[in-house]
Formats: sequence, structure tokens, C-alpha cells
Amino acid sequence: MKEEIIIAGFGGQGVLSMGKILAYAALMDGLEVSWMPSYGPEQRGGTANVTVILSDSPISSPILNTFDTAVILNQQSLDKFEDAIKPGGTLIYDPYGVNRPPKRTDITIHRIDAMEATFDMENAKAYNMVVLGALLKAKPMVPMASVIKGLKKTLPERHHHLIPMNEEAITRGMALIP
Amino acid sequence: MKEEVRLMKGNEAIAHAAIRYGVDGYFGYPITPQSEILETLEAEMPWETTGMVVLQAESEVAAINMVYAGAACGKAVMTSSSSPGVSLKQEGISYIAAGELPALIVNVMRGGPGLGTIHPSQADYFQATKGGGHGDYHLIVLAPSTVQEMADFVTLGFDLAFKYRTPAMILADGIVGQMMEKVVLPPARPRRTDEEIARQCPWAITGRPATRKPNVITTLELDTAQMERNNERYQRTYHVIEQNEVRYEKFMTEDADYLIVAFGSMARICQKSIEEAREQGIKIGLIRPITLWPFPYQAIKELSDKVKGILVVELNAGQMIEDVRLAVEGNLPVHHFGRLGGIVPNPQEVLEAFNNKFPDAKK
Repeated sequence: MKEEIIIAGFGGQGVLSMGKILAYAALMDGLEVSWMPSYGPEQRGGTANVTVILSDSPISSPILNTFDTAVILNQQSLDKFEDAIKPGGTLIYDPYGVNRPPKRTDITIHRIDAMEATFDMENAKAYNMVVLGALLKAKPMVPMASVIKGLKKTLPERHHHLIPMNEEAITRGMALIP
Repeated sequence: MKEEVRLMKGNEAIAHAAIRYGVDGYFGYPITPQSEILETLEAEMPWETTGMVVLQAESEVAAINMVYAGAACGKAVMTSSSSPGVSLKQEGISYIAAGELPALIVNVMRGGPGLGTIHPSQADYFQATKGGGHGDYHLIVLAPSTVQEMADFVTLGFDLAFKYRTPAMILADGIVGQMMEKVVLPPARPRRTDEEIARQCPWAITGRPATRKPNVITTLELDTAQMERNNERYQRTYHVIEQNEVRYEKFMTEDADYLIVAFGSMARICQKSIEEAREQGIKIGLIRPITLWPFPYQAIKELSDKVKGILVVELNAGQMIEDVRLAVEGNLPVHHFGRLGGIVPNPQEVLEAFNNKFPDAKK
């Protein structure tokens, strides 16, 4: 098993932490993982992306030119990464940040109204967990139990009371994909 | 007890490994992309557990001179910075080398020259391996390519530094500093006691008891005959290090027709390029120097007899290629591919560069 993923959107959307929780979940599952962020003079509103690789064998390059799965949360990122998805790969995007829909016909495309679902929850901070839920439904690469363990590892203890809310967000995200 | 597998950044791994090694002091000044080293040390507060000193100095120059002083006392001391900051430290590093003192210096390289960029680079190869400061000296230079090696080379760096009484450097880059992957941290051990330091480092300034002459650490010697003898002593040490401490890793070299030489993060990107090349029937192997000084001249020389050409891939305009060319002594074509100023090539770009340089390989 090997899954090469790019998660890309605006800074502040929780792109890097979503990748981190996914990486931790895979670690809990005994997989090899690499998490490579775009780093720069980061700011809210700028673009951010992270390459996450999960594999049952050692990972060579943490930097990739093609991906099995792309999670795209804004137009700039779609423009940048649409062509980098492998034929037969998966694209998940939120139309909230994307006004020109993807054109590829050789990949599986999931349009998810994650921002809308987040508005329904009345908790904007849950956005990235809604998206993570959709990703896990489209590509069930790690079980929910490992994700919860991953959340426990990434969140400081004083925030552990938020885990049920995150779990709910993930469940809502899963429901976005039939 | 089996050590827990953890997920962390390379920079964080260095900080945790330093505490566990029993480092006595860290002196540094923040700079991207390595600030997590200092930040992690501050967050872990090892001064309350092991008694390790963690100090944000007023400048890189101050930090390296604090290292110089701590090392003179036989303490396990270190500093870290990124390229522009490491340039500032060069005078102090030369003094530490001349004082024959053990210390660990970490450079998480970013694009230069000048203040440059905060993105990954390997453009300080010359500075690290050829003596960035003045005088005839060498550092033992370790080039990690994984987060695990970021942790392990803290131990290795200090062990070698104390064994040979010479400073060691971890020459990393922004990729391995910023990426997260699995790591098993080294077992924690206590800091050495003053008695242990006095016993293991009889040269150190530990407070002179009545039973011995004063230890003097100085790099000034106006008697040129004595200064030449000092230099000859340094060179003897370097010669022993060259004999004993060369480290490298080979990947798919057994049946290779061509060879890529790359270090640090770039070696991992090249591994992926090689996997893709082999799917197209092009047999490339990789040699990854782990010690950049001492350089694995012999290993590259031996492999050069079996391949048709070598591509050196670096995040610079061509630095390690000079050592590769020295190793192969003009036996075969040696080409270079590099991106500059913080740009990192992906595996496909490396393979395209290989195909351009060696068009016959595809046939």
C-alpha cells in the first residue's frame, strides 16, 4: 500500500494540521509516513500545502511531482495541482474556494461542500476535519479509531474535550460523499 | 524497554536527541528554517530535568564563542543555525578547531548567498567541508537524509567530536529540518559528572588541583616552529579520521550502468528518480556520502570502474561534484544537475536531467 497525497488551500484553513492528523493516524496504524509542508513566510490568506505519503514500505522522496490523491481547497491550488494527479487518481475539491471546476476526465472527482457543512456546524475551525472526513470516505486509508488516536497525539491535553466535536466534523465530512 | 516510535520534524528530533545525549549546553540564535531546535529546547525545559543549559544568545557570534568556552571546559556543547548565521560563526569554529575542542554545530541550510531565502539549499558544502573559517582545519561533516538520522547524528557527532577532539557539524537542509517522519529517539542518559569530565578530558579546564599543571587552551602561538608542530598534529588527527570514519550508503549499485551521487534530502529525491528510471529499463545506482568530510573518495572510485557515467545532483551550482571528480580521476564523464536559491527539483526533473546528460542511457 502506498498513498501519495497533496493537501492544498489557503493558510489558516488547517491544511497542515489536517495532514499532520492523517500522518499521526497512519503512524498509529504502523505505516511509514512522511509529512512535508510548503514553508515560507506563512500568513493567513496565503497559500499552504503539504505532501503526505503513507506507505507500508520505506519512503524515498518526501517531494513528489505526481499524486494519487489531491485535496484542493482554493483555485490557485487547483490550477497548480490538477495536472499533477496521476491518471486514475482522485481529486477532492470544495467549490467554496474554487470557481473554475476541474477539467480532467481520467480521474475520480469528488465535489464536496465542506465549507457549507462547516457553516451548519457553526464552527469554522472544524473545516479541516470535515474535509478529512470526506478524504477518508473517498480513500479509506486509515480507520477512524486511528484518526482519533492521531487527534489525541496532535492536540494538547487541554484541548482533548474538543475531540468529540472533531469526530462529529469527520462524520459530517464522510456524509458529503455518497 | 522498546523505545516509542514518534512523529516529529527533523529540527525537533535534534533538540530531543540533544537532551537525551546528556548535552551540557545549547547556545543559539533563531533563524528559519531551524528555529524549532531552540523552540523545542525551550519548550522541553531540560534545565529542570538534566540540568542542560539552553540559552538564546544575543547573536550567532556570541553563541559560537559560548560553545568555544564550554568546550574548553570539557562540556558537551552545541549550537545550531542556518546558512547566514553559520557564516557568522566561522571565526569561532576556526578557534574551536585550533583549540582541539569537541563541539557540535548544526547547519540547516537555506538558499544564499547573502541573506538569501528561507527555502532548502545545499550551497554551504564548500563552507562546511573545505574550512569555512581561516586556517588549515577540517570539521567532521555529517549529512542526514532522514529525521532518524537528524536524531542519530547528534550522538554520532558528539561521540566523534570527543573521540578526536575536533568539532563536528551536522549539515542538514530545510527539507529534512521541516519534514516530519517516524523517529525512535536515542535512550536518555545522564549528563557526565565533573569527575567524569576531569577523567575523560584530562586536557579540559576543570579547575586545577595541586596534582597537575594548569591546562591552557589557546589558539595563539607566536613561535612559528611550535605553530607548525601544532598544525602537523591537527593534520595527523585529520589523517586518522580519514582512515577510520568515512561513511556512505549505496542504493541499487550492484547492477548499475550509471551512478548518481547525492547527499542529504537530495539523495532521497534521487532514489525515487532511480526507481522510476528502472521502470523504464535504465539502470542507475546511487551513492550517498554520509560523511561529506571525510569524503568517500575510495568507494566512488571503485564504483566508477563499473559504470559509464556519473550525475552529481545537489541543491547548488556544483560543489560536491569537485570531490566526485577528484575521486574518479578523469575516468569517466561526471555531470552536474542542481537547482539554486531554494528551489527543490522533483524526482521527474532529476530523471529528465539525467536523460539530457546521458542520452545514450535510454538506448
